[in-house]
Amino acid sequence: MTSVFGIPVAVILGQLMLGLVNGSFYAMLSLGLAVIFGLMGVVNFAHGAFYTLGAFAALLALQLFGINYWVALIVAPLAVGALGMAVERLLLRRVYGLDPLYGLLLTFGLALICEGSLNQVFGATGQSYPVPPALAGGFNLGFMFLPLYRAWVIAVSVVVCFSTWYVIERTRLGATLRAARENTPLLQSFGVNVPLLMAATFGGGVALAALAGVLASPIVLVNSYMGSSLVIVVFAVVVIGGMGSILGSIVGGLALGVIEGFTKVLYPEASNVVVFLIMALVLILRPAGLFGRD
Amino acid sequence: MAEEVLRIAGLHAYYGESHVLHGVDCHVERGEVVTLLGRNGAGRTTTMKALLGLVGSRSGSVRIHGSETIGLPPHRIAALGVGYCPEERGIYASLSTEENLMLPPAVAAGGMPVEEIYAMFPNLRERRASRGTNLSGGEQQMLALARILRTGARLLLLDEISEGLAPVIVQALGRTIGRLRAHGYTIVMSEQNFRFAAPLADRFYIMERGRMVAQFAAGELPDRMPLLRQYLGV
Repeated sequence: MTSVFGIPVAVILGQLMLGLVNGSFYAMLSLGLAVIFGLMGVVNFAHGAFYTLGAFAALLALQLFGINYWVALIVAPLAVGALGMAVERLLLRRVYGLDPLYGLLLTFGLALICEGSLNQVFGATGQSYPVPPALAGGFNLGFMFLPLYRAWVIAVSVVVCFSTWYVIERTRLGATLRAARENTPLLQSFGVNVPLLMAATFGGGVALAALAGVLASPIVLVNSYMGSSLVIVVFAVVVIGGMGSILGSIVGGLALGVIEGFTKVLYPEASNVVVFLIMALVLILRPAGLFGRD
Repeated sequence: MAEEVLRIAGLHAYYGESHVLHGVDCHVERGEVVTLLGRNGAGRTTTMKALLGLVGSRSGSVRIHGSETIGLPPHRIAALGVGYCPEERGIYASLSTEENLMLPPAVAAGGMPVEEIYAMFPNLRERRASRGTNLSGGEQQMLALARILRTGARLLLLDEISEGLAPVIVQALGRTIGRLRAHGYTIVMSEQNFRFAAPLADRFYIMERGRMVAQFAAGELPDRMPLLRQYLGV
């Protein structure tokens, strides 16, 4: 078998695939964070909790009401997005214009409450969500066996991320969002309902996190802390891509997933820290992030 | 015939702790061009912002077409048919010229069609794909004006539109204001440039330290020159 640096190509390609799957989650989560931060200046520490809620929503919908995966894929993000809008209207709105620290503390507190409550009700042991029958099985790519479900995750993530990018960069709604990040009072003076726009944006960002949660539920154990472990890496991705940069979070998310995957092959000991090393390097060389402006 | 479009009474405005407007009174009839004159810091820009609810807090009364707006958020005020062209133009750097033009939602029927706008400002058509802030100062000013004409707003608040522009552009702008006036728009302008404003306005207000200190009609202008000298140093 062919090999590079003494490592079989099949192993490298296998890790590339796994890296892309992880990167898909990084991209979707950091995209939501970037949209929220860009428009509202809020660092949403509760983002991981909304991801967890998405997974729990799918799990409970199945267990309690027999709602299948395909319906959950639509309904869970909508429900969690609506919850996000309520959080924005009732709580987050009060910290706009204050030091960003307050928004950070508020959302961090919300994350703790959410995780603690889920832990209290469902316990710390994870529960598994069955892979939907239509996505069971896989392809033999020759060099590896690719589970169909993982291919599905990558495809959904890429489609969702680039659709979001398209909406923001190429449509009239997106132009309004970009204008809101640049000069909000003026936009409101033109008659745009900016408070509603803010609530909808937060709801949208959070719905993306919930969608990622539903997608993740068949491949990870659904438990109350699934979000908090992931979101730390996601924050590093956001910093690397550039705070608030849409393209930065998509490209950065996918790329860092892959880099992490390769590191697992080349030097497994470093795989947990490689993202943070890259973050440190980026902060030294290009503090605004790879795609950041200023 | 005289229909009141705007009536401001006892308007106070604050930015945080600082009290900027001290009881402004002013009214504008339909189809009038009214100019606010005054030195820098007299409160003209703040008056415009306070009309739209863009200051920290405000009190008093601002009636637009007869309805009280003092308790309304800015987007509801705009929906009453107000178009705002801010000081320094407020062109969005992250939007193309065309996106800037299409950004403000329509607030009333009868806005100027895009084709007519492009006919009025041909440069904007040529440069519609350019980033808004890559336009020249004059083009940016035309864009800032054009985008509120598109929305159907009939009350235009124009803050320092001649500022920083070359004389030939200022003349073109003056002709544009004249055309809008002929089309029946009601216009409130804040102007530092008295020579630009003088031939355009029907009425003048002079502001000083957050209050209106004088008002007079265009016909009284020659008699009021000493007053203008005193307040503006022109």
